[in-house]
Amino acid sequence: MDDEPIVRWYWIGDHLGYLGNLLADHAVIALLPVLFGLLLAVPLGLACARFPRLYQPLAAVFNIVYALPAVAVFMLLIPYTGLATQATVMIPLTFYALAVLLPTIVDGLRAVPDAVRQAATAMGYGPWHRLTAVELPSALPYLIAGLRVAAVSSISLASVGALVGRGGLGYLFMDGFQRTFPTPIVAGIVLIAALAVAVDLALVGARRLLAPWAVREKGAGR
Amino acid sequence: MNWLSWLSDFFSDPDHRSGPDSIVHRISEHLVFCGEALLFAALIAVPLGLLIGYTGRGVTIVTGIAGFARALPTLGLVTLAVLLGRVDDTAVLIPLVALAAPPLLVAAVEGVRGTDPDVRDAARGIGLTHPQVLWQVCLPSAAPTLLAGFRTATVQVIATATVAAYVGLGGLGRYVFDGLATRKYAVTAGGAVLVVLLAIGAQLFFALLARYALPPGVRAQRRTR
Repeated sequence: MDDEPIVRWYWIGDHLGYLGNLLADHAVIALLPVLFGLLLAVPLGLACARFPRLYQPLAAVFNIVYALPAVAVFMLLIPYTGLATQATVMIPLTFYALAVLLPTIVDGLRAVPDAVRQAATAMGYGPWHRLTAVELPSALPYLIAGLRVAAVSSISLASVGALVGRGGLGYLFMDGFQRTFPTPIVAGIVLIAALAVAVDLALVGARRLLAPWAVREKGAGR
Repeated sequence: MNWLSWLSDFFSDPDHRSGPDSIVHRISEHLVFCGEALLFAALIAVPLGLLIGYTGRGVTIVTGIAGFARALPTLGLVTLAVLLGRVDDTAVLIPLVALAAPPLLVAAVEGVRGTDPDVRDAARGIGLTHPQVLWQVCLPSAAPTLLAGFRTATVQVIATATVAAYVGLGGLGRYVFDGLATRKYAVTAGGAVLVVLLAIGAQLFFALLARYALPPGVRAQRRTR
């Protein structure tokens, strides 16, 4: 390690296509679970808002799920989903995303002022129409705040999947470590952070487009 | 695919009963690494966070750092630290501390900022100095938030310490990676189960702390809310 520089730029130049493939793989492994988590979280969140008793136990369970170290969970799934498969990494990531998103959706739905709800009813909105036209849009800033946290954590967690053979850019860490060659590791960290920042900015942009009122309301978009 | 035989293999292995690879020894190693990392992180982050929260200066920087830290991949930091440093425990401790510090920093800042401004004014009004207000008023009222921060940091540290076994750190991650290397899934499974149990145990520990160890005034406040 004495004369090895932290970054050898020529290696990066020689491996641009390779890095691009890993980046694309990483984005799929990390972000599809967030999408699946969202698809599960919305109906679950609606159920929790409708039946408040459901929420406490569910929140407790997901609190525990969220705290389970990803390495261990990946390892425990190997007998079922196999080594080096996408499912081994994506199934736990889906649950981590769900654990983040569920509370934000429930909070968002609960934060809709009663007056707004009543006004919608008075204007003749049925329950379904009121939900899609009033309550879900009101909860949107909360949901996007949750998505930001879920997406960024998912992007960094997915790299741990390299340890079970499927971690996108995470593979660069093992490769660099085994060859005592820090360049791929640095490239991996930078690309993962860049992907996280890009997705985060995209979500902030989405919030401005979809919920422009929330930008001015202090705290609501956090 | 048989969990009963894997786990019984794992737990009945004489090497896992006593000596350097014993379960008790691995658990204590894991706890020591996590404890050290949390301690160092707390020594840096909590005083800094209390100050930033109290003065209100640098809050945006703190939230920025915390968001960025969430994007950092643990495996990358751990492998890089070992390549740049030496393969010993201090090199691995650096990323552990670096990942535990941001949630503590945020918790300290938010906790102090969450103190009721009227209460702070009242404390000043009855003649408390700024350090006294911070220590006697803001710190207790920040306690629940701080505790939640410690909980997040602990979760993070338990997981990172497991990952760090990949680069040679001891602790429960040893089983996970030694099992993979020697193609003995029973060892990997046993280690992973212990890591999961440790994480759940830590969660319960913090749930109990939140219930019984918070200052009585803060607990009463939370009940009435």
